[in-house]
Amino acid sequence: MAILCDSDTKLLVQGMGRMGRFHAGLSIEYGTKVVGGVAPGKGGQTLDGIPVFDTVEKAVRETGASASVIFVPPPGAADAILEAADAGIALAACITEGIPALDMLRAKQVLDDGPMVLIGPNCPGVVTPEQCRIGIMPAQITRPGPVGVVSRSGTLTYEAVDQLSRIGIGQSTCVGIGGDPVIGTNFIDALALFEADPATEAVVMIGEIGGSAEEEAAEFVKSNMTKPVAAFIAGQNAPPGKRMGHAGAIIAGGKGKASDKIAALEANGVAVSPSPAEIGETLAKHAPGLEG
Amino acid sequence: MNVHEYQAKGLLREFGVAVPDGRLAGTPAEAEDAARALGAPVVVVKAQVHAGGRGKGGGIKLAKSPAEAKTAASEILGMTLHTPQTPPEGKVVRKVYVEAGSEIERELYLAVVLDRAEETLAIIASTEGGMEIEEVAERTPEKILTVPVDPNLGFRPYQARRVGFGLGLEADQIGRLEAFLEGLLRLFVERDASLVEINPLVVTKSGEILALDAKLNFDDNALYRHPDVAALHDPDEEDARELEAKQIDLAYVGLDGDIGCMVNGAGLAMATLDMIQVCGGSPANFLDAGGGADKEKVKEAFKIILRDPKVKAILVNIFGGIVRCDLIAEGVVAAADELGIGVPLVVRLQGTNAAEGRKILADSGLDITPAETLGEAGEKAVAAAAG
Repeated sequence: MAILCDSDTKLLVQGMGRMGRFHAGLSIEYGTKVVGGVAPGKGGQTLDGIPVFDTVEKAVRETGASASVIFVPPPGAADAILEAADAGIALAACITEGIPALDMLRAKQVLDDGPMVLIGPNCPGVVTPEQCRIGIMPAQITRPGPVGVVSRSGTLTYEAVDQLSRIGIGQSTCVGIGGDPVIGTNFIDALALFEADPATEAVVMIGEIGGSAEEEAAEFVKSNMTKPVAAFIAGQNAPPGKRMGHAGAIIAGGKGKASDKIAALEANGVAVSPSPAEIGETLAKHAPGLEG
Repeated sequence: MNVHEYQAKGLLREFGVAVPDGRLAGTPAEAEDAARALGAPVVVVKAQVHAGGRGKGGGIKLAKSPAEAKTAASEILGMTLHTPQTPPEGKVVRKVYVEAGSEIERELYLAVVLDRAEETLAIIASTEGGMEIEEVAERTPEKILTVPVDPNLGFRPYQARRVGFGLGLEADQIGRLEAFLEGLLRLFVERDASLVEINPLVVTKSGEILALDAKLNFDDNALYRHPDVAALHDPDEEDARELEAKQIDLAYVGLDGDIGCMVNGAGLAMATLDMIQVCGGSPANFLDAGGGADKEKVKEAFKIILRDPKVKAILVNIFGGIVRCDLIAEGVVAAADELGIGVPLVVRLQGTNAAEGRKILADSGLDITPAETLGEAGEKAVAAAAG
């Protein structure tokens, strides 16, 4: 068991450009069932052994795809997300960075009324170790085990996963929810999935400055979770008013500070790692016996 | 992206939002001409820099004649303005905006924002015009009115009634506020703004509703579809290194410390700054080389980092996902060969092709301190900077 994706997931790749094809190849190598690609105007072709379709609707009809990974460039990315939802895709991960916030805001209002789960945008995707790789994570650093990982950042997810794997703690599923201000699945959604997943025994949550998602997640942990949670918040030394790489990572008007997020997490029973180098150890101390 | 007040008001005018008459001036003589052309009994001469609180810093002056406007402009132009929102070194004023004075009855606050938590647009209104809204939110949250606006449905007249009556406007002023808000929302949506803030919004003695000051921020991710907005960018308002980095698609933010940082990914880049601080050091910059980092980009990144004279050591921290560590290593070697780095270099490579990357560095004969984990990288970089 895992959350979001497993060995039965049938994956579609929307946007068969350089990035899309490269990562589709890595996902296939990892054992993921990549059943088709979508590239308007290239329907009927086969690229790198993957059958290509003009529309998501046709791809779903002919392959039975259940998930989609989106590499479409920013101007068309929100449209690609809506196309996936309309075609009956259950899980879409949008990797694209740089989508206009208003495009996402409008798309999100539509998604809220439907069943599709969106991961991202501006995210590394989802990996269930040894079962399924959706997106761009270096899946070789993961190992199967009992810890769910959820993070707003890509490379910091790898850092956390690597620290866990090095001390012998494996992962149930690793989810990068994305660094944009408007995203699909948020911390609370992911925490709720991990709480309900029998294969997950503990959770690592990696947040960063900007917004109030971590504070809301902290409340959720206290009132809705029985499984232990450890966390790290990046950007403890970020200057106010500056966008730190991610569109969503900005301290505005005194809100979104790392110190407030850490205080909220600690007050609600989450173990917060004091250093980015001690994420794995912090969890190991907070929830002993996860090694295996 | 931020714009100047005079540019913001130009856009507001274009969208039918009422603003006082005003002209831009680059010299005292132009300011005098502007005041004469406006023909108002009182004009306001305002420094055009990207920072709030200009009045407190002496960047806004009243003038009762064109001659006084000239004097005021000569005092403001060229000055280095210090306000709570300017960087420590202040900001040099290159232009002033000369505006017809208004007879103010009431000062209010109005803004349109993207509400991240509620995932909607929202109108924020308050009776406490002229104050910073964060301060109002802290001291008297009951004085802030938030009205959500559905991004797909758009602005509706009843929302103007909620805001207008909420602010205590007269019934016959509601229509004017509706037109004002309709314009603000249309500007926000049609130009992909991320913030439209009118502070203060004034009700004049004759009952008009005017935007006395205006602050507009735009979504950088949407500038590609608004060349008119992108053209308002003022490179003088930005840190030269940040601007240069942006042009080659690197995210760079200058900081006060002495350890230069080059990292891939925003989250890991922030965590690297935190790591340095945990180890007792101080970072000189945030730099996210991005997912597409290769040899050339690494070289360019080194150039930008080395231009900062405070830098005493450099920490390269790469966790390869999409990024290949061997390409990064080639970039580090090329930068060292061609630029001559001259400060201690600590390099940590993990993830995709890390073994190949480490071998390239080891074989290069360069004096590079390798690090295996994030913690080790932080400690070694701090030790190197301390000399």
